[in-house]
Amino acid sequence: MDHFEVFGLPRRLGIDAAELQRAFYELSRRSHPDFHQAAPPERQAEILEASARLNAAYRVLRDPIARVEYLVRLEEGRDTKEGATVKPKAPPELLEEMFEIQEALQEARASEQAGGLDAAAREMLAGQRDRLAARYRDEEARLRGPLSEAWDRSGADARAGVLAAFKDALATRAYLRTVIDDIDEALGEVGEGHVSHRRH
Amino acid sequence: MSRIVGIDLGTTNSLVAYVDDKTGLPRVILDRDGQALLPSIVSFAREGVLVGAAARRQLVRRPEATIYSVKRLMGRGYEDVKDELRYFPFRVLPSDGIVKIQVGARDVTPPEVSAIVLKSLKDRAEAHFGEPIEKAVITVPAYFNDSQRQATKDAGRIAGLDVVRILNEPTAASLAYGLQKIREGVIAVYDLGGGTFDISILRVKDGVFEVLATNGDTHLGGDDFDREIVLWLLEDIQKKHGAELERDPEAMQELRLAAEAAKIRLSADERTALTIPFDAFTYHREIARAELEQLIERLVANTLRSCRMALADAGLSPADINEVVLVGGSTRVPLVRRRVGELFGRMPHSQLNPDEVVALGAAVQAHILAGGITDMLLLDVTPLSLGIETLGGIVSVLIPRNTTIPTSAREMFTTSVDGQRVVDMHVVQGERELAKDCRSLARFELSGIDPMPAGMPKIEVVFLIDANGILQVTATELRTGKASAIEVKPTYGLSEADVERMVEESFTFAEADVEARLLIEVRNEADTVITHVARALGQGAKLVGVEERTAIETALEALRRAREGSDRDLIREATTALNRATEHLAEVMMDAALKGALASRRADEIMDR
Repeated sequence: MDHFEVFGLPRRLGIDAAELQRAFYELSRRSHPDFHQAAPPERQAEILEASARLNAAYRVLRDPIARVEYLVRLEEGRDTKEGATVKPKAPPELLEEMFEIQEALQEARASEQAGGLDAAAREMLAGQRDRLAARYRDEEARLRGPLSEAWDRSGADARAGVLAAFKDALATRAYLRTVIDDIDEALGEVGEGHVSHRRH
Repeated sequence: MSRIVGIDLGTTNSLVAYVDDKTGLPRVILDRDGQALLPSIVSFAREGVLVGAAARRQLVRRPEATIYSVKRLMGRGYEDVKDELRYFPFRVLPSDGIVKIQVGARDVTPPEVSAIVLKSLKDRAEAHFGEPIEKAVITVPAYFNDSQRQATKDAGRIAGLDVVRILNEPTAASLAYGLQKIREGVIAVYDLGGGTFDISILRVKDGVFEVLATNGDTHLGGDDFDREIVLWLLEDIQKKHGAELERDPEAMQELRLAAEAAKIRLSADERTALTIPFDAFTYHREIARAELEQLIERLVANTLRSCRMALADAGLSPADINEVVLVGGSTRVPLVRRRVGELFGRMPHSQLNPDEVVALGAAVQAHILAGGITDMLLLDVTPLSLGIETLGGIVSVLIPRNTTIPTSAREMFTTSVDGQRVVDMHVVQGERELAKDCRSLARFELSGIDPMPAGMPKIEVVFLIDANGILQVTATELRTGKASAIEVKPTYGLSEADVERMVEESFTFAEADVEARLLIEVRNEADTVITHVARALGQGAKLVGVEERTAIETALEALRRAREGSDRDLIREATTALNRATEHLAEVMMDAALKGALASRRADEIMDR
């Protein structure tokens, strides 16, 4: 049973958040172990599994980006593990800037002992980081908005094209995330509790 | 279904509660003296063990055999706690797995000590209901990891309780509030107890309590506030009296208790005075609230950092929070209230008693599990990411933190060598990238794999975190569909055999009956007097005449003999007699000490000018 099926939903990306939450609460009331304490052990094991499945489905479907990632995996027949499905890829129009950033990052790593980056380099990196972050948000907006809508509109024949666009956008997003995190690290501005975020 | 009670097993105090069938409201069960709080303290003696207030009175008298704040040691290894051991007067032994505490000739584990506290609460509940109580919901800090939860569950079993649920403390509190006080919306529960800190952010809607994110520190609480005060006082005592008290367990315990009491007074008063009579001198000083606040500011800042992380994980900002609830005795500290208020931009409240609210919530959850409440549902999360160690010691996260539980993850394993029959996995919990920086939970050994070329076996391993936040692991060889045998080696836990042995042995820790308890108390009183008189005779023998000295020595010897017997009245009389015989000696020693103190003060004044 895939995540959409758990909620009795078609494989579409336009999902009403409030409606999903309502359904999640209602299904939880049915399948949560708390309400089945007196059931025999085999039944309890089933309940536990159903409850875990529901929670996993809700976690993915409530997040528009995770929803897209999941859909791509599902369409490609890889339903086993959560996590990134695409290799990070630099957006072609940014290649030149990336070269400059990577150079500055290398310098930053090399100069770590010598007191770190000079002010000009810091400023350049911070500026680039903010630009990339804006680009990152754009990419997410595109995934959530037009691309998701395109998927829901398209017939069977057009879906391969939308899937390819999803994968491109996800690859760009993953790439941007890595570079933004690297810059943050070089600037010593790693956010609290950030480290684990980039892995899930 | 049989009755289920709710237990708050706290660092400092523990309570037991239930939901009253008639009113539908949770109530705390009081002890014979009308007390709700049972101090989580256990004192071991030859005659039996003392628990609660009786054990608390032994803190100074028998510091090495009186165990307090054992919750800080639950599910932990020696490396985790070695830095704070110097603050404990009892001896914690180095070991590979979980820590052990040396009490007299034997060792006990933290779950066994907690079990004694739980057993006392079980007895209290049984006396209240007049029937056996076998099931309980026990609360733990939300930020407790798998080992700490398992240790708590083990403690329940050793106490003869079926622990039907391990429940997070802040969520328990939200249930108690939910039953009577809370509106719908997003609430933050800030829970600062004796030894642990949690922040949980919940959405309450249609009777569902959905935890969005949680964060915390299982080693941050009122105990740490006390420690800051103690360290500061030690320095001051060193300066004023030249005394090094750190190696004197009795003095340290006196100091700790005085610091704790001063801290509590400073929640109401702007200033307080603290007077501690030590053997060699009497220490006196005033403390202002501002001074306390300076000492604990850093610790309070750490809790705020956790709050911000929880908010970020929930994808919320402080303005999104509709209500901030304070739980735990340490939230009485004005600085805590002020800082929490500043962070969330609204006044936090604690309409329900912060000492009792967690136990009340545990009772509500117990009632839900017993089928007594059907319109409330708690959806909690796992506080820490769960992963397995992969090549190069890197952690591969299987279940991210703040995932709603129950939850599961599947992972495929295979062999790397031809004919390999066993596969190992190392499961860790934490947010760091390297396994060595995370918390090692257990090593799992999958065995009985049919010999095949490398890479051929397909073993699917399912990691399931149940509603208690505790990990269960199962494995199946996919080609044969056969369940694989798994041997679990918990890194910081008790094996099944350990727990069974402890259940059997637990009767040796039976709480002393009233007779034995009274005997222990008079003996301890006698011991204290004997120690003090022996010391006084050593120091002040010259101050009194031979005749008086002989009288004291005779009375001392009489008490020593009486103490060996078990006649309570005799011991008490001998103690009184010795006290009387030393009255004059005490007076002349006090005079001498006063003169000495005055002389040194005069010297100080001269130096100051």
